[in-house]
Amino acid sequence: MSETLSTTRSAATPPASAPGASSRSLAIARLRDLALVPAIVAVAIVGSIVSPVFLSTDNIINVLQSMSEIAIVVLAQTIVLITGKMDLSLESTFGLAPGIAAWLVVDPALTRGLGLDLLPDAWSVPVVLLVGALVGAFNGLLIVRFGLNGFIVTLGMLIVLRGLLTGISGGQTFFMLPDSMTYLGSATWVGVPASIWLSLLLFAAGIVVLGYTRAGRALYAIGGNADAARAAGIRTDRVLWMALIVASVLAALAGLLISGRLAAVPSAQGSGAIFQVFAAAVIGGVSLNGGKGSVFGAFTGVLLLFMIINVLTLAGVPAQWTNFLNGTVILVALVVSRITGGKAQT
Amino acid sequence: MSVERPGDELARADQPVVEAVNITKRFGSTLALDDAGIVVRRGETHALVGRNGAGKSTLVSILTGLQAADNGAVAFDGRPAPPLGDRDAWRRRVACVYQKSTIIGTLTVAENLFLNRHARGPGGLIRWSRLRREAEQLLAEWSVEVDVRQPASTLSVEQRQFVEIARALSFGARFIILDEPTAQLDGAGINRLFARIRQLRAQGVTFLFISHHLQEIYEICDQVTVFRDARHIVTAPVARLSRPALVGAMTGEDVTMPEADHRPLVGDAPVLLSVRDLVTTSGAELSLETRAGEVVGIAGGGGSGKVEVAEAIVGLARPVGGTVVVDGRTLRPGSVPDALDAGVGLVPQDRHREGLVPLLSIAENVTMTVPGRIGRRGLISPARRDALARDTIADLAIKASGPQVPVADLSGGNQQKVVMGRALASDPKLLVLITPTAGVDVRSKQTLLGVVEEVRRRGTSVLVVSDELDDLRICDRVLVMFQGRLVREMPHGWSDNELVAAMEGVDLHHV
Repeated sequence: MSETLSTTRSAATPPASAPGASSRSLAIARLRDLALVPAIVAVAIVGSIVSPVFLSTDNIINVLQSMSEIAIVVLAQTIVLITGKMDLSLESTFGLAPGIAAWLVVDPALTRGLGLDLLPDAWSVPVVLLVGALVGAFNGLLIVRFGLNGFIVTLGMLIVLRGLLTGISGGQTFFMLPDSMTYLGSATWVGVPASIWLSLLLFAAGIVVLGYTRAGRALYAIGGNADAARAAGIRTDRVLWMALIVASVLAALAGLLISGRLAAVPSAQGSGAIFQVFAAAVIGGVSLNGGKGSVFGAFTGVLLLFMIINVLTLAGVPAQWTNFLNGTVILVALVVSRITGGKAQT
Repeated sequence: MSVERPGDELARADQPVVEAVNITKRFGSTLALDDAGIVVRRGETHALVGRNGAGKSTLVSILTGLQAADNGAVAFDGRPAPPLGDRDAWRRRVACVYQKSTIIGTLTVAENLFLNRHARGPGGLIRWSRLRREAEQLLAEWSVEVDVRQPASTLSVEQRQFVEIARALSFGARFIILDEPTAQLDGAGINRLFARIRQLRAQGVTFLFISHHLQEIYEICDQVTVFRDARHIVTAPVARLSRPALVGAMTGEDVTMPEADHRPLVGDAPVLLSVRDLVTTSGAELSLETRAGEVVGIAGGGGSGKVEVAEAIVGLARPVGGTVVVDGRTLRPGSVPDALDAGVGLVPQDRHREGLVPLLSIAENVTMTVPGRIGRRGLISPARRDALARDTIADLAIKASGPQVPVADLSGGNQQKVVMGRALASDPKLLVLITPTAGVDVRSKQTLLGVVEEVRRRGTSVLVVSDELDDLRICDRVLVMFQGRLVREMPHGWSDNELVAAMEGVDLHHV
């Protein structure tokens, strides 16, 4: 990779003044990132009218905590989507990674026969992350190395990994998790749950990496035009592989957080969550065709989705209607972001 | 990248920017380049011309280090070319702006310019402000007026080319190959591109300019090199090579192909096709009439609008205006089913894209347009389908073991025969052939063109849309289009030079 350009350029003729061009296009580009902010403000106003509780610190923390785990999966999916691929298996990794860790460390004497008690408790977190990395590496092997269709590969992996979790747990829920597994999901740092800190930190890191590093920009280049990216010297295969691994590790971490919060790993953990994840990413302006979207946009997408759900809960909508409303919320949020974003969602 | 030292520059000033000698390159059994070569001197704009298959693209891929020559040597500034694996070294010497864009539309112009070599600050983080400033400097240095902050997808074709040229220059290359840069540009865009080329030449940039349009070469180039049949034919200053001589060098007067039989014109035959004031979305215009049993050629180079016009006639594209009447029936604009119904048979331009379903059998492909002929009460009869397909296989001498062979297993020539068979399956009154012999071998070419002779005897009217002289030789008359307009009509008996010149927009009588 040539680090050279700047030197040659500055050695050349003195630059003419920068084109006094319209800053309008830039402004619009920036605005696209903020497209959902008006919608978020609007929902906040409606929420505060519906219930005075809505804008209270407790409720805001409640919203942020309830979204923190899914938000991390959205971040993971965003990374994959920007490269032009998709990873459906994240929702199963979300359940399997903490499931395997629990399986290996939980004592069957305390849990009516569940678990193996093979590893000391301290190993649980590394195992969670390792499972994530292995799943991502295997996805990469099939998609990048063998050139299989990413959608179908990860759909197969979604089913396989879910089946694996059901198999090792006998369809039951792991409980009596060690403290090392529950800490991150249940601890409070400076009065705010650790999972909120973690998700916000990861998003901040995501914004920096995708916006300000060559590796991050390589994701956009590959999603926009893989041939051109290769021609520019980007190792497209390696970058794709890394993106899939990072995404799976993030999903595993998110699974660890929710297991810690609930102090259990049900065999259905994360099942069906992928639809919400895709919806949040698309609402947040991430293109399913790759090359377009931002981490910040994805964050506003999740935030909008969970704020609307929270407002509905506060408004006293019966729980039986939750699924119907979740779907409606996704459609409405899509329409809202289409109107405020102004561009067809591809 | 090394910064060039002034002394270095002086020492190399009289060396040619690039010199390729005795280059031979084979692809399988075809000889793409046969002991050919080119010498491009510093500061000149050098044209490379030749008809399709003359070896231009192969030479370009060897000059840019994408392929190795089997034989021969390439030298830049008098020194041997770097090894093929050293992409950076190649990029410092030569760059090619291809017709296919290597710009990423979703990223900004600035980022495209510095893709994977972004300006970085502490911690390896990209410094966007510096990157934008460098991009602005780069474009300002080469006077490209484009806002670097806009997404590259908003650029016009010519702006995109300017940005690609600037990017190539930023790697240090001062020798740029332009591969048919004018193909997608309109007249004003071409003028702006030429102004840019002249300006860059004044700044010491050397160009190798590839174009099918001869008048562009006379307008912009100093030297011209002609390739024909994988060989170097001539290199001369443009001013000293007349247009007829240039056309002659391209076509090779010594090479004459056999001609189809000709019989007197049917003067009172009924008019089968009548196209009135047809205007395509690209702006090409045409009116014409053909009679039963008449073969009419529509000739023209790329960008002449001949294909667009033909696609509008058969309903593949919706015309902006005008009417198409086939045997007294006015076709619904932009409707293929209506055209088929009226008795139009079509061989589309690109058989892979529009002509065939490769995984289906010959039988299914041939009968695709005529479900009515092989079915009863809405169900398709496989027996009738195979019978029809067997006829086609026999008539067109398709080399295949039977109607069930998937089309994907056939050679290019036989695939094209299947496409022709499909066009003929409906016994058309009007047969429209768009580049019918593109990429097929000589034997298949003969069969395909022989079929035309046969169907015209049955009273079918045939339109041959092509720039291949062999295709046009079977026509009773040839209409020549240039930049969307009908410029000449040539009766049977034209000379190659005359027709090629007309297609290139040159009038031999006024040189």
